Amino acid sequence: MFSNKIVNLILLVLTAIILFVIHHYQIIGAYYLQIAQYIGIYAIMVLGINLVNGYLGIFSLGHAGIMAVGAYSSSLISKYVFTDPVFFPICIFLGGIVALLAGFLISIPSFKVRGDYLAIITLGFTLIMKSVLQNLDFVGGARGLRNIPANTNIGWVFLWLVAAILLVRMFINSKYGRSTLALHEDEIAAELVSVDTKKTKVVVFGFSAFLIGVSGGLLAHLLSFTNPNTFGYVMVSEGLIMVYLGGISSITGSLLGAGVWALLVEVLRPLGVWRWIIGAVMLIMVMIYRPGGLAGGTELSIKGIVNFVDSVKKRIGLKPESTFGSNGNSGKH
Amino acid sequence: MATAESIKKMNNETILTFDKVSMHFGGVKAIDELSFEVHRNEIVGIIGPNGAGKTTVFNVLSGVYIPTSGNVVFKGSKINNLPAHTIINSGIARTFQNIRLFGKMTVLDNVRTAFFGKTKYGILDIFMNSSKKRAEEAMIKNESLSLLESVGLGDKSEALASSLSYGEQRRLEIARALACKPEILLLDEPAAGMNPNEIDDLNKMIVFIKEKFGLTILLVEHQMRLVMGICERIIVMNFGKSLAIGTPSEIRNHKEVLEAYLGKGR
Repeated sequence: MFSNKIVNLILLVLTAIILFVIHHYQIIGAYYLQIAQYIGIYAIMVLGINLVNGYLGIFSLGHAGIMAVGAYSSSLISKYVFTDPVFFPICIFLGGIVALLAGFLISIPSFKVRGDYLAIITLGFTLIMKSVLQNLDFVGGARGLRNIPANTNIGWVFLWLVAAILLVRMFINSKYGRSTLALHEDEIAAELVSVDTKKTKVVVFGFSAFLIGVSGGLLAHLLSFTNPNTFGYVMVSEGLIMVYLGGISSITGSLLGAGVWALLVEVLRPLGVWRWIIGAVMLIMVMIYRPGGLAGGTELSIKGIVNFVDSVKKRIGLKPESTFGSNGNSGKH
Repeated sequence: MATAESIKKMNNETILTFDKVSMHFGGVKAIDELSFEVHRNEIVGIIGPNGAGKTTVFNVLSGVYIPTSGNVVFKGSKINNLPAHTIINSGIARTFQNIRLFGKMTVLDNVRTAFFGKTKYGILDIFMNSSKKRAEEAMIKNESLSLLESVGLGDKSEALASSLSYGEQRRLEIARALACKPEILLLDEPAAGMNPNEIDDLNKMIVFIKEKFGLTILLVEHQMRLVMGICERIIVMNFGKSLAIGTPSEIRNHKEVLEAYLGKGR
C-alpha cells in the first residue's frame, strides 16, 4: 500500500511542476493566476487563524490587525531596508516575526479573559491597529503604502504555503499540539495534568500571528500597495468565514475554506453586492448541516479516502476489499 | 523542585503537611483551619458528609485555589501560591470527581498530554524535527503505552476517550495522572458509581499502582467498602474541620464521627 509520506511528496512535486508550467508558459491568464495566488495567501492566513480559533478554541478577532502588522512591517522593510528582490523571503519572514510579537501581545488578555469578552478585546486590537495606521503619516496615513515592490509570485506563495502546512503539521503533532487540544477541551484539567496553559496560549497566539503576518506580507507584495481599510471588518469576517466554512481544527479544512471562498467570491462577482448575501447563506447552510465546517476535525489521507470508498461500496451493496479499520474518514494528520 | 534532594534525607517521613489551612469563599468556610500530615507511602482516606470540604482540600492541594490562610507544605517547601502546573510538576497528581478527560482526543493522546511538564524539547526542536524531539516523543509514547497497559487499557490506545465505558474512563484518568510522575496521587471519589465487584477490582488496582510506582495516595471517597478496605489512616471532615484522624477501626468506633453521619442518639 502507498505510504502517506510518499503520496504527499508526489502530490507536492506534481503541484509544483503544474504551477511552474502554468506560470512559465502563461497558460492561464493573469486574472486566474491572481486568484490562485489569493487562494494561497488566504490559505496561509486561515491556517494561522485556525490555530487560535480552531485548535486552541479561543474566539479571537485579532487576525485583521495582525495581518496589517505583517503587511506593513514587511512592506516597509522591503521598501527601505532590503530593497533587492533577492531578500524578498527575508522581508516576509521579518514581517511575520513582527506580527508574532503582536501575537504575544494579544495573548496576554487571554490569560484572564475568555469568551465574548476576549473577542471584544481582540476586535479592539484590530480596530486600534487600523486607526493607528490611518493616522501615521510615514506609512501613508489613510491613503496607505504605495510602490511596494511586487515581488509576490505564484512560486513564493506556493513555497510559503507548503512551509506553513508543514509547520502547522509538526506543531500539532508535538507536545504543544496536544496541550493546545487539551486546553481547548478543558483548561483546568489541562493545567492539572502539568500543562503550562499560559505558555501554550502565548506560543499558539505567536505562531498563529506569524502565519497571518506572512500572509499579510505576501498580500501587500502581490498588490504592491496596502492601506488600513484592507484590514477592517471585512477582513475580520472573511477570515472567520473561511475558517468555519472549511472546518475548524483541520489543515485540509483551512485549505478548502480559503479555496472555496476565494473562488466563490470571484464566481459570484457578476452579482455585485448580492454575492455577500449568497456567501452568507452558504455559510449558514454549512453551519446547519455540517457544524464543524466542510472538513472539521478531519484530514485528507489515503486511509480516509479508502475508508470512505469502502463505506460507499457498503452502502450500495458491494463488498469492501480493504483491510483498514472503519473509523470514517478521520485519518490522523 | 530544586530543594527536593536536600530535604529528602532530613524529612523522609512526612511528605505533605496541611498547617492550619483555611479556604473561605466569601462567608462560606469550605476549609477552616484544617491541619493534618501525610507520610510517605501510606494510603490516607478523607471522608465526610457532603459539603464537608473534601474536594476543596484537593483543589487547594493541586493549586486550583489559593488558600485564604495557612500553609501547604510538600516535601519541605511551601506550595500555596504556585501555579497549578508547577505543583503538578513537583510531584502531585490528581483525578477528578466528575471525570474530566479530553474526550475528543485519543486515549493515548490523553496520557501523552500529561507528559507536558516533563518534556524538555522546545519550539525550535519541533520545527526542526530535531533528534532530541524525536527521541523524547518515542520515549513518551512507550511510557504512555506501558501506563495504559498497567491500568488495563493497552488495547484501547487509539480509541477516543469519550468512547470508553465509565469504568474505563476512571482508569484512564488514573493513567493520565500517573503520567505526571507523581509522588502523591490524589484520587477524588474513584469508586463513584461503581458496583461492589468493580470496587474490589479498583481496590486491587490502587494497591498495585501504589506498590509499582512507590506512591503516597490520598483519596476522597464515600464508598466505605473502598475506604475501610485499603486506607491505613482516615481523616474525617465535617464543616471544613477535621473531626477525627485515625485508623479505620478507630474511626468506626469514634463517637463524634457516628454523630456526624447518623445524628445524635438520645
